[in-house]
Amino acid sequence: MGDHHHGPAKGLGRWLFTTNHKDIGTMYLWFSFAMFILGGFFAMVIRAELFQPGMQLVDPAFFNQMTTLHGLVMVFGAIMPSFVGLANWLIPMMIGAPDMALPRMNNWSFWILPPTFLLLASTLFMEGGAPAFGWTFYAPLSTTYAPPSVTFFIFSVHVLGLSSIMGSINIIATVMNMRAPGMTYMKMPLFVWTWLITAFLLVAVMPVLAGAVTMMLMDIHFGTSFFSAAGGGDPVLFQHVFWFFGHPEVYIIILPAFGVVSQIIPAFSRKPLFGYDSMVYATASIAFLSFIVWAHHMYTVGMPIAGELFFMYATMLIAVPTGVKVFNWVSTMWRGALSFETPMLFSLGFLVLFTLGGFTGLMLSIAPSDFQYHDSYFVVAHFHYVMVAGAVFSMTAAVYYWLPKWCGRMYNESMGKTHFWISFIGFNLTFFPQHFVGLAGMPRRIPDYALQFTDFNMMSSVGAFIYGASQILFLYNVIATIVAGKPVSDEKVWDGAEGLEWTLPTPAPYHTFETPPKIDPAHAHS
Amino acid sequence: MTSQTSTEYEKYYVPEKSKLAVCATIGLVLSIYGAASIMNDMTFGDPNETTSSWTIFICGLFFFLATLFSWFRIAIKENIAGMNSAQLKRSYVLGMFWFIFSEVMFFFAFFGALFYVRTLVGPWLAGEGDAGRMNGLLWEGFEFSWPMMQTPQEAVGGAAAQPIANNGSFTSAETSMAFASAHAWYAWLPLWNTIILLTSSFTCHIAHMGILDGNRKKFNLWLGITVALGMIFLVVQAHFGLTMNAGIYGSTFFMLTGFHGFHVLMGMTMLLIQFLRSVRGGHFTADDHFGFEASSWYWHFVDVVWVFLFLFVYIL
Repeated sequence: MGDHHHGPAKGLGRWLFTTNHKDIGTMYLWFSFAMFILGGFFAMVIRAELFQPGMQLVDPAFFNQMTTLHGLVMVFGAIMPSFVGLANWLIPMMIGAPDMALPRMNNWSFWILPPTFLLLASTLFMEGGAPAFGWTFYAPLSTTYAPPSVTFFIFSVHVLGLSSIMGSINIIATVMNMRAPGMTYMKMPLFVWTWLITAFLLVAVMPVLAGAVTMMLMDIHFGTSFFSAAGGGDPVLFQHVFWFFGHPEVYIIILPAFGVVSQIIPAFSRKPLFGYDSMVYATASIAFLSFIVWAHHMYTVGMPIAGELFFMYATMLIAVPTGVKVFNWVSTMWRGALSFETPMLFSLGFLVLFTLGGFTGLMLSIAPSDFQYHDSYFVVAHFHYVMVAGAVFSMTAAVYYWLPKWCGRMYNESMGKTHFWISFIGFNLTFFPQHFVGLAGMPRRIPDYALQFTDFNMMSSVGAFIYGASQILFLYNVIATIVAGKPVSDEKVWDGAEGLEWTLPTPAPYHTFETPPKIDPAHAHS
Repeated sequence: MTSQTSTEYEKYYVPEKSKLAVCATIGLVLSIYGAASIMNDMTFGDPNETTSSWTIFICGLFFFLATLFSWFRIAIKENIAGMNSAQLKRSYVLGMFWFIFSEVMFFFAFFGALFYVRTLVGPWLAGEGDAGRMNGLLWEGFEFSWPMMQTPQEAVGGAAAQPIANNGSFTSAETSMAFASAHAWYAWLPLWNTIILLTSSFTCHIAHMGILDGNRKKFNLWLGITVALGMIFLVVQAHFGLTMNAGIYGSTFFMLTGFHGFHVLMGMTMLLIQFLRSVRGGHFTADDHFGFEASSWYWHFVDVVWVFLFLFVYIL
């Protein structure tokens, strides 16, 4: 079998044929950033159109394609793969494993993504245009009234699901089987815990999404009537199946973000995470609850009253474990020796803004109130507070936090802080006013709006361009760090950082933990 | 902390690099592109226009299957060469377990659709409850029964008579697959197919007992019988069925039995490969036969799905 201490291979082959978790993690991260830029570009088109009332730049059909692709690309192309990239890089290093459990399948999970998104983006140039039915693709918009490109969309979703399922099986097998001796479950870093539970959610709901798009495919091409009342089916059935996937999906997006923040806040508070055990139980509770709340996305669809009540109370319950988490993060900082480097700033931004998004979520969970908020910009504001300020901010924090360990160079701190403040201001300028226009009755997914919403929409658009531009600064900072950042050789990088990955040399060697480390029994989780 | 290592640790084999993933991706993406194009040609295309969709699909699929074949071959060779530690073998076990779990969830979606339609949508369309107001507006005269022998559209006079929400023509099921007469139970094929599939799970288990005892003759014999029973099941199953555009009854029936049939085909192929490996290659020993064991788990899984199918699709 030869020498196992090879460095990386040279050239393009290194990336195409790699089985190394760090290479695959890097590819996931760069790919997701590219998708973040693409999805961001779609968002800029939306905001440019909405800068003023009346039709400005694009026709309504194209506007609908933009909202659809923006959602799909951001959810499936940017946020999910970015956290899978993080999992690839960090989980083996955090649990003392030589690599992921199934390295070749790991590579396959990644390489499915780029051509699939190419196929999805190519629908823009197909006859009839790209899918224009929103990222939730409700039937019959996505069946009877869909453009022909919907077939390519359906198959893209199938293989994206395949990629997610394989990636998740890999993560589950790695965490369950590859922990270094002595690394018991309750000693795992919280990031590993949140990903284990996320992977379970993915394996459970991605097949249900595959089922939903398969039913669409059959309705479109083979004359079945799942989503058509004329044949005895029901369009609402689509919404039930979709949201049975869709609600766990939003926790799939946010749980790894919780994990990241649970690593970073203790490091910059120089204190262990407060309430580790309760964090684990809270994560598991959120995952369980995610399976029994799906219909809170469909209060206005005409459900029986018993259904409305059940889903309302179940949804409100989620505030309890989520509250536990927020209180634990705050308590971790209590009397800590705090410092405010860029990762900490983004984590604090996460904490404040995610909590705000959680509160608007609580408002939306109340069925009678939701009849007012439903499908308004209030909903748009809510889910961008949890998706952008939640998932994307924590992802950004993670990049700043672990980048020195990955490449052995320190990013420019003042540029990082500038990035944070511009992002923070741009983000809030974009989405805070959307609460108001939403409550005042502006519906989502429209290219034109009533005159009284103009001021707030202009603010939104300006904020969106600021937030978008700040990502260029981020890209520049990351590239400058990799190419010419100040070298770091300290293993810990951050004086408060805890965990196995910080015991490795900086930059992390190509192969790590080929024989497992001994876990100090007294050494608790970080 | 890292300097100390445990001494009795068996190295975890990490393959250096592999072309498998990229090849599998090319095959997969070509075949989905081809499949989507074929369907679009069929539904939206000009029938006089010839396209290359089928060529792309077949080439892609062939390349994909060839890659998978070589992937499994390599994995088997590595195991025979002794490269797999006990820990690595556990990774394969976990992989198979969670794969089957994902398959369970796939069927869950279709069973969920069936239950939702039967217990809620049907009665609503027929005018029950608050949601039943639509009956008077759109589907006057529709009465719900299961199997649904008349679609709501037909109840109001067919596609031509339906002024709104008209998205295709939905004719009724001509035949009910339900258990018709207790007196003619012996002529009811689903019952026989159930017996065949349940028996094959037993024979598969006997084969497993055989290899655990190191008795290759017993293993080959009972595994061969299992594969043969799987084939009989598929032939009988392919023999009859509903058309899938026969309203929601045909839709749910066809999707559940169709996907189950496809999974039986996969499981049977897996078992057939294990059979050939044992007969021709002499693979598997009493303590190393996960290729077979994984296939047998899959087989028991399709069997359990069938039990639910038989109960909820055919009997109830």
